Amino acid sequence: MKIVDRFEVSYYQYLDEQSQLSEDAPSLARDWPKLIELYRLMVLARMMDAKAIRLQRTGMLGTYPSTRGQEAVFVGAGYATAKTDIFVPYYRDMAAVMQRGVSLSQILLYWGGDERGNIFQSTSDDFPFSVPVGSQPLHAAGAAFAIKYKKESRAVVAMCGDGATSEGDFYEAMNVAGIWKLPVVFIVCNNQWAISVPRSAQTAAHTLAQKAIAAGFEGEQVDGNDIIAVVHRMQEALKEAREHHTPRLLELICYRQHDHTTADDASRYEPKDLRDAAWQHEPIMRLRKFLAANNVLSETEEQALAADCTDKINTAVAEYQATSPQSADALFDYLYKTLPSCYAEQRLQLINEVERGKP
Amino acid sequence: MEKKLFMPEITLIEAITLALSFEMQADPSVVVLGEDVGLDGGVFRATNGLLQAFGKERVLDTPLAESMIAGMAIGMATQGLKPVAEFQFMGFIYPAIDQIISHAARLRHRTRGRLSCPLVFRTPFGAGIHAPEHHSESTEALFAHIPGLRVVAPSTPVRAYGLLLAAIRDPDPVIFLEPSRLYRYAKQEVKNDGKALPLDQCFVLSEGDDVTVITWGAMVKEVLSVGSRLKEEGVNIEIIDVATLKPLDMVTILASVEKTGRCVIVHEAALTGGIGADIVAQIAEKALFSLKAPPIRVTGFDTIVPYARMEKYYMPTEKRITTAIHQLMEYA
Repeated sequence: MKIVDRFEVSYYQYLDEQSQLSEDAPSLARDWPKLIELYRLMVLARMMDAKAIRLQRTGMLGTYPSTRGQEAVFVGAGYATAKTDIFVPYYRDMAAVMQRGVSLSQILLYWGGDERGNIFQSTSDDFPFSVPVGSQPLHAAGAAFAIKYKKESRAVVAMCGDGATSEGDFYEAMNVAGIWKLPVVFIVCNNQWAISVPRSAQTAAHTLAQKAIAAGFEGEQVDGNDIIAVVHRMQEALKEAREHHTPRLLELICYRQHDHTTADDASRYEPKDLRDAAWQHEPIMRLRKFLAANNVLSETEEQALAADCTDKINTAVAEYQATSPQSADALFDYLYKTLPSCYAEQRLQLINEVERGKP
Repeated sequence: MEKKLFMPEITLIEAITLALSFEMQADPSVVVLGEDVGLDGGVFRATNGLLQAFGKERVLDTPLAESMIAGMAIGMATQGLKPVAEFQFMGFIYPAIDQIISHAARLRHRTRGRLSCPLVFRTPFGAGIHAPEHHSESTEALFAHIPGLRVVAPSTPVRAYGLLLAAIRDPDPVIFLEPSRLYRYAKQEVKNDGKALPLDQCFVLSEGDDVTVITWGAMVKEVLSVGSRLKEEGVNIEIIDVATLKPLDMVTILASVEKTGRCVIVHEAALTGGIGADIVAQIAEKALFSLKAPPIRVTGFDTIVPYARMEKYYMPTEKRITTAIHQLMEYA
């Protein structure tokens, strides 16, 4: 017998649970304007999240998946991704997508049940939120192939949750990215829960990061409550992807501080003490303490920041609520580039019914 | 003297290769991907020689994962490439169905036109080639049911060439079903002029006043043969090759049925929930009073497609088609 291979999985954390900075922290850890901006984005995400849940509870929004407690993952992912990169989100990615030229009102429009929430900006190459779990890493790999084919210096970010790592498509995407050396970074938001199924029941593998090793490239764990680590490790991975077409997998470890979606009731399966214990590590307080300890964020500045977020959210909600609905026949728009003639009859039927006030 | 364009007689599979080659030459955004499509030229040789002509950047041997082939093609298509992906047999496209239905078919609709999927998923379909299980499927109705897709099935070398070019140039996803039983059945002159044939429209192969026979794919062969034999009896059938199964050109079909008053739909796929059912329903809705006789469907039975030895019992035969037509001719 001989050993033919071994592997290691690194874990990255720069700002620890006590808001202490490690010696090997990157320069971002002393870049106060950037850190304050990241802090602002996380606060905005949490407030927006709370608002979305309230809107759903009062019948003004459809089913919505909360981002609470996972702000460092999604804010960090959106922040680290360059404008020219392509972002392939899953449904929990509101806080990342809001940094991709997508307005908060558009995000509300999506969760309010309107396809126009996926228009983003007309020039955006980003994908819309993917609802079928784990299917979107393949689109990221395909887009990364196109980038390489066209010899562009861009990368693709594929986001998914821990449950998605059990899907065949997730592994198929990593497998092909490894073989074809595609400029794609796979991000797993390991928030410990796939609806009711805990991470431990998802796979016997010790880490999710090590799944990349079977695909022939590096996987690493990152403290998903440490925004400095999330941003820095993602930026490093994206740089590698753009310059050397090397894929990488980052498992960002955090905790889902809410039900799976507003349609879920986690009290049926989640031990309360787990969530409470995890709350001690939530990302916003950790960064706040660090900023406060370094005297770069005063109480007054913090209040102004929160007030600004409230204004932005209120404006977005007003915009969302003032958006006029799509006309009924928009149902037939964009099915094909040119609607085949056989659809004319069905379309006309709908238009006539609406005019007569029938449906 | 007029210079005549050299037109060799080629098979249906060679026409597929010719169309792929023409379009790859004309459009650098066209890439071919699939299992064994490279050096091997595909299990049926549809991509024969493409690797040598266009290189491994454009002719991609993929890992063995069908969902990956579809999902990758979707990602490529959104970024300006025109992927033409091969699935080795229709029975092996099923792992990719989630990608096809949940994403390829609806990305344009979902993003209100911002992203789209101009791609082609090619696959051989149909029984009668004595292959193992899962190599003989005709499940076109699964795909024809899905809004946002086009489903196309050629039945001759000329139509394979022209329709594949049209499929590649189409701005939306196309499921391109190639009748494996006809891959090498007959040769035909195919002009390599890069001219596409129209999608979304049936082809009337022969005109007749007595019975309309509506079919597609490999069954066109049996129907044509029945047609020429019945002519000797004095029965003239109008043969329609549907060619594009989704969206369906009911204008051509209804015009013919209104003329003949009798119709048979022939397909290899199982009876229940087949495309024939939809055609009959539309005829009933729109041309009932033109009918002299109840429409008849001659199809595969509602069974699993059998292994090679029982294929002959499953497939619609010329005899079954002829019997159906004779039955209809009893109605004046």
